[in-house]
Amino acid sequence: MALLDRCAEVAQQPGSGITVKGVGCHGPCSDGPLFSVACGDEVRLISVQSSSASELAMELQEALSRGSLREWVPRGCRSLDPQSPFLALQRRIVLERCGQIDPEDLSDAESAGAYQQLNAVLAANNPEAVIDLVRRSGLRGRGGAGYPTGLKWATVAAMPGAEKRLVCNADEGDPGAFMDRTILEGDPHSVLEGMAIAAFAVGAQHGFIYIRAEYPLAIARLRRAIAQAQQQGWLGTTIAGSRFSFDLELRVGAGAYVCGEETALIHSIEGQRGVPRPRPPYPAEHGVFGLPTLINNVETYANIPVLHRLGLERYGVGTKVFSLTGHVSRSGVIEVPIGTSLRTIVETMAGGPPDHKPIKAVQTGGPSGGCIPAAALDTPVDYDSLQALGTIMGSGGMVVMDSTTNMVDVAAYFMAFSREESCGKCIPCRTGTVQLELLLRKLLARKATVADLEQLERLSETVRDASLCGLGQSAPKPVLSTLRHFRADYLALLQPLEASR
Amino acid sequence: MSAAKPRKRLATVWLAGCSGCHMSFLDLDEWLLELAQHADIVYSPVASDQKRYPPAVDIALVEGGVANSDNLALLKTVRANTKVLVSFGDCAIHANIPGMRNMLQGADPVLRRAYLDLADSSAQLPHAPGLIPELLDQVLPVHELVPVDVYLPGCPPSADRIRTVLEALLQDRRPDLSRAGEIRFG
Amino acid sequence: MSVCTLRIDDQDVAIAAGSTVLQAIRSAAIAVPTLCHLDGLSPVGACRLCLVEVEGSERLLAACVTTVQDGMRIHTNSSRLQEMRRTLIELLFSEGNHICAICVANGQCELQDLAVRVGMDHSRFSYRYPNRCVDLSHPQFGLDHNRCILCTRCVRVCDEVEGAHVWDVGWRGEHCQIISGLAEPWGAVEACTNCGKCIEVCPTGALFHKGEGTDEKHGHPGRLAALVQGRSRQELEP
Repeated sequence: MALLDRCAEVAQQPGSGITVKGVGCHGPCSDGPLFSVACGDEVRLISVQSSSASELAMELQEALSRGSLREWVPRGCRSLDPQSPFLALQRRIVLERCGQIDPEDLSDAESAGAYQQLNAVLAANNPEAVIDLVRRSGLRGRGGAGYPTGLKWATVAAMPGAEKRLVCNADEGDPGAFMDRTILEGDPHSVLEGMAIAAFAVGAQHGFIYIRAEYPLAIARLRRAIAQAQQQGWLGTTIAGSRFSFDLELRVGAGAYVCGEETALIHSIEGQRGVPRPRPPYPAEHGVFGLPTLINNVETYANIPVLHRLGLERYGVGTKVFSLTGHVSRSGVIEVPIGTSLRTIVETMAGGPPDHKPIKAVQTGGPSGGCIPAAALDTPVDYDSLQALGTIMGSGGMVVMDSTTNMVDVAAYFMAFSREESCGKCIPCRTGTVQLELLLRKLLARKATVADLEQLERLSETVRDASLCGLGQSAPKPVLSTLRHFRADYLALLQPLEASR
Repeated sequence: MSAAKPRKRLATVWLAGCSGCHMSFLDLDEWLLELAQHADIVYSPVASDQKRYPPAVDIALVEGGVANSDNLALLKTVRANTKVLVSFGDCAIHANIPGMRNMLQGADPVLRRAYLDLADSSAQLPHAPGLIPELLDQVLPVHELVPVDVYLPGCPPSADRIRTVLEALLQDRRPDLSRAGEIRFG
Repeated sequence: MSVCTLRIDDQDVAIAAGSTVLQAIRSAAIAVPTLCHLDGLSPVGACRLCLVEVEGSERLLAACVTTVQDGMRIHTNSSRLQEMRRTLIELLFSEGNHICAICVANGQCELQDLAVRVGMDHSRFSYRYPNRCVDLSHPQFGLDHNRCILCTRCVRVCDEVEGAHVWDVGWRGEHCQIISGLAEPWGAVEACTNCGKCIEVCPTGALFHKGEGTDEKHGHPGRLAALVQGRSRQELEP
């Protein structure tokens, strides 16, 4: 913030000819802190390495006195090569404005195209066409399960009744996942615009954004964005001169991971205890306060304006935003076309493990996902290919692990997470996750036998098959997927059966 | 039961329990006489003077949870020298009432609670190494320490249920208590 | 009234459309265990004991919250389901402090009966021995958290039938506990009408009348259905 303030002071001097603004995340976390310099169409990312805010401001002043900033790289800083794979192999359509616009300034977002698609959709006044476009785009839910978005919209639109509700699931809770946070902090209007278009398409009058309390900056920026959009007439009554009205409310969670599960989320919005209930009835039929409700995730909504802007052909298969962490040389948030191979992402773009150790596995989908072995790195990243490998696309967390990683340790970590986050409603999840973690700890303490391993496998299957909601059903996935691909890690920890007697 | 078969060597073992299971065993009454025709009771707190657990035991009924170092040592001897180990009664199967001390999470809190907090006078922790066996941190069921062949729940298991098990084992059959609906705890 | 025909195990069953699979199963006198379910209360599908296999569905479905469909083919007692039910009961025993021998409900306990039914002669899971408390602050009744299996029958009967909503669930996961009022001592909760319905429907000895000793509690969960039915026909004063 000091850097921003100092540079803004420089820019305010008469005749500086530049503007300085705060923007959301650029993406390459491991190169941070970052700022970008835009001269015309050319945008360069500059990584600050050993320079202070005041030094930088002074350098800026000097550079301005010399003329253009086109070649400017301050001392103690490094210009990121736009042709480096991390940047060049991305296709930033959902994140296009992240790092470009000031997320706290609606007019800046508008000048970059925000709300133009909503305007066009309202002018065309054809909800069926909107749903048809979404359906034909093949867009699937970006929150994890990958349910076809168009189908969901059509279902809600077809529900009888005049009153409907819209919900944006911004309860991003997977460890190592921060894609939605990037969008919300960098370009909240893309989500609001997507929601307004969706509300128009399905006939909803009122929407909720359910966001986790652990994202204070995203909450602040969303609040501001909602207020500005209301003021500007992009939310509220008779939007853009049409007969369409849509209000948005922010609901802040209280730290429960399970509230990302849609029925628990609905209960939480209603002011009840955030526990899931059996489905059917699905939220499309019986959602918030019993009304037909459309629930989509942040990134799904953020896809809607860009889908409209590009049209089917240019939108193509679409993209997925991933957050890359773990044993990688370059971490951060990236957006790549769906179908990009894992190897391209974790080796070419992220640069693999920092000290050239071999990759052992890539974890996707958080506690609900699984581990992909290095041998399967050529798998294209799409919903079906990942599912075939025993994991899921998930919300987009991608954790790379090198050869020093013990996969039993990884499974135990995720099981501890699920145990802690279980709501406690159904027996298999509430107690099964406890026993599964104990079994994994027993293995790690080298006290387990073949019988314990069999028990672990059996109980994993029971918890998967018997649990009430997605959290419990997928809690054993880290165990089952590591057992499938890295059984040797488990066997190496076993003690001989006789020794335990 | 065929008379041609060799006599079985039977043991009953008393770990951390109230001895109620053994009382129930004695409730077999006149069937005990029949039992004596088919088995030698080679070790038992209620039917033998033998102090050391003998080798080559065919059947052992083990009552009680494993609460201290003596229990543990005896149980290991039993397992090493026994063909069929029966986890006998609720204490052996899930620690039951002796296991309630596990809620205090450790041997030390248990001793403090018993000998200091609840003492009327002369509060003092017992300390006699080698004389009084050390408490284990938790009272554990038998099957968590050694493999168990047959489970006979109940607090105590009724004499009838004990008989059902012994009759089967004396004939080298696995007793099927589940079918008889006779595996009730409590 | 339209009727659905379905096949449950080896029986053809006809039942009114809109019924649950559990109703269909019971109408055919097939025994499927339940714990959280109780006739007269809203279903929650939490105990998972009534999971059944439905042909054509990959997932197991909880019979208590699944509506019958014409032509359904249901299996209630496969070896997979038997194993699952035993596992669930063992998990319940492992998470609380269930000492049948000294329990007020010994001999009258649904959990104890289910252990017999699923053939649980021991638990393959280590017992957790959680440190739980007993609330004896109410003048007539007691709550022993050690014996609670979180079926939430008490929560629902108090809310849905008595209308007092004394009970709810606090915390989450393994730390879940039934709470009275805003996690106050039961005796301090003025909303409690002392009706005792929670004790009647409790499947274990967690809720009991003070003064009941070992083996002395006799719950009457079956009476609830009669009460609810009577009220709905206005045969009884609420």
